[in-house]
Amino acid sequence: MTTTWTRIRPVLLGALGVGLVVAVWDLYKAFGPEEGVRLGERTLILPRTTDLAMPHSWEMVQRFGEPVTSLAGSPTAFEAVWDAGLFSLGLATRGWVIGVVIGLLLALVMCRFRIAESAILPWVVLSQTVPLIAIAPLVRRWGSQIDLFGHVWTSEDSVAVIAAYLAFFPVAVGALRGLKSPARTHLDLMHAYGVGWWRTLLVLRLPASVPFLLPALRLGAASAVVGAVVAEVSIGLKGGLGRMVIDYAQSASGDPAKPWAPIFGAVAIGLVAAGAVGLIGLALRPFRVTGAFR
Amino acid sequence: MSAIEVRGVDRVFTRGRNRVDALTAVDLEVRAGEFVSLIGPSGCGKSTLLRLVADLDAPTSGAISVFGKTTRQARLDQDYGIAFQQAGLLPWRTVTANVELPLKLHGMDKAARRARVAELLELVGLSDFAKSHPDQLSGGMQQRVAIARALAEQPRLLLMDEPFGALDEITRERMQNELVRLCAETGAAVLFVTHSIPEAVFLSDRVVVMSPRPGRITGIVDIRADGLVPAHDRAAGVREESGFFRAVAEVRAILHGGSGIPAPDGARGVDLR
Ligand SMILES: Nc1ncnc2c1ncn2[C@@H]1O[C@H](COP(=O)(O)OP(=O)(O)O)[C@@H](O)[C@H]1O
Ligand SMILES: [Mg+2]
Repeated sequence: MTTTWTRIRPVLLGALGVGLVVAVWDLYKAFGPEEGVRLGERTLILPRTTDLAMPHSWEMVQRFGEPVTSLAGSPTAFEAVWDAGLFSLGLATRGWVIGVVIGLLLALVMCRFRIAESAILPWVVLSQTVPLIAIAPLVRRWGSQIDLFGHVWTSEDSVAVIAAYLAFFPVAVGALRGLKSPARTHLDLMHAYGVGWWRTLLVLRLPASVPFLLPALRLGAASAVVGAVVAEVSIGLKGGLGRMVIDYAQSASGDPAKPWAPIFGAVAIGLVAAGAVGLIGLALRPFRVTGAFR
Repeated sequence: MSAIEVRGVDRVFTRGRNRVDALTAVDLEVRAGEFVSLIGPSGCGKSTLLRLVADLDAPTSGAISVFGKTTRQARLDQDYGIAFQQAGLLPWRTVTANVELPLKLHGMDKAARRARVAELLELVGLSDFAKSHPDQLSGGMQQRVAIARALAEQPRLLLMDEPFGALDEITRERMQNELVRLCAETGAAVLFVTHSIPEAVFLSDRVVVMSPRPGRITGIVDIRADGLVPAHDRAAGVREESGFFRAVAEVRAILHGGSGIPAPDGARGVDLR
């Protein structure tokens, strides 16, 4: 009884939250002033409520069922967003996997060698302050010079690498914290048992890192999705949600609900990515206890 | 052969320009099967001495042998079991899996492991909790699991650093009674670190009193000389015997500078630290 309730509650609360946002949107649109709310002469603090600026929520939903363009044979917006979403999600997943592998390796090296930590960690942190726009051309240029057993570097590869660039950071930092989380008592115990670094890693450090690693993986997934979508724009890769956001924005004046379709698509793949990481958490459930880790 | 022999040991920690003489000119012998406690105020080097014996740290000068071997060899041979103030159980492992960890790491086969763990849990009275996780146990029960784990490989020596330090007084006395029984059953020698004078006196054959800055041994009290039975044969009633109080007063006197006149409230200060 209580268990069903505790399971259903987050779902209900989530639905309630979405419903609330929708209600606020439509109520403001219905009762808010046409020209928006201004502070003084110039500063607009709440948007205009014209159909152009704020389509009704149901219009945005309906728009998914209508064709993308008036041309004959045009797919519905839903089909287009679905395909683009899968494409972007695929690139984000590739980026996430690369980022996780690199992040974990960096964390292991930093955990193993004190010197490596002081040498690498500042660079890891610094790497995230470089704007994506600056990285995109670099990645493309360097990538085109790489010859991997005859594999030709594509724009997809560039996007995946940029997604990985964003995803590795939380993984490296989270995994390092987790690997270093065992108390001195535990490390002394392993030493007393005469086991070396690798077995200590397997028996103690890796399991202990799980509670730190899971949120890091989820953060990494979100970063990979954002990275993929933004990189598609910077690299100029067609087929994904990134370009679609730009393309559809151009029809905003005639078709105000249309630009929202790829935005919802991006939200959806973000949720899918986070959900997939949640499944990993489910598999690692036995290691999630931290209560008695003293 | 003695279980532990410490000869002329110094341990100096230097951190930048700071120099801490954690141990100076320490000599100590623990005979096989003997129960010896280290007592003294915080920072007098009790844990440091125990860690040197366990080969978790190395002396700056001097020599330590355990059953006639180097401390390193004794560690690799699993000659000692060890327990700390924090039970140090792995929270994702069940009680059984925690106790069998050292056995598993040293390659004992599964059937033998199961049998040994069952025996150990019986010994510490936790058979009903074999499948529980550490966070489902009280502090005292966790510490019993840690002691079972320390005993898993039938060591001839137990090293214990304030294992009951985090427990309430009532649980603590019960654990002391149990430890006496366990030691009698296993015949292991014990080096036991504590802050509590009554605990040291109740458990030990000899109590080693230490003082800080520099960390050193200031006196050794032979409890049996006060008319108490050997440590292995003690029962709860020993705490009411006059010999017990004599020994407590003696240890207290040395702790407070060997004046022989125990300070009325200062003595409690050691307990409460
Ligand atoms: N790893 C270390 N580095 C530097 N100083 C230490 C270290 N371990 C212990 N000390 C110092 O050595 C002294 C003795 O410490 P310790 O053996 O832990 O005392 P006790 O266990 O008796 O409270 C203290 O002054 C402590 O600060
Ligand atoms: Mg200590």
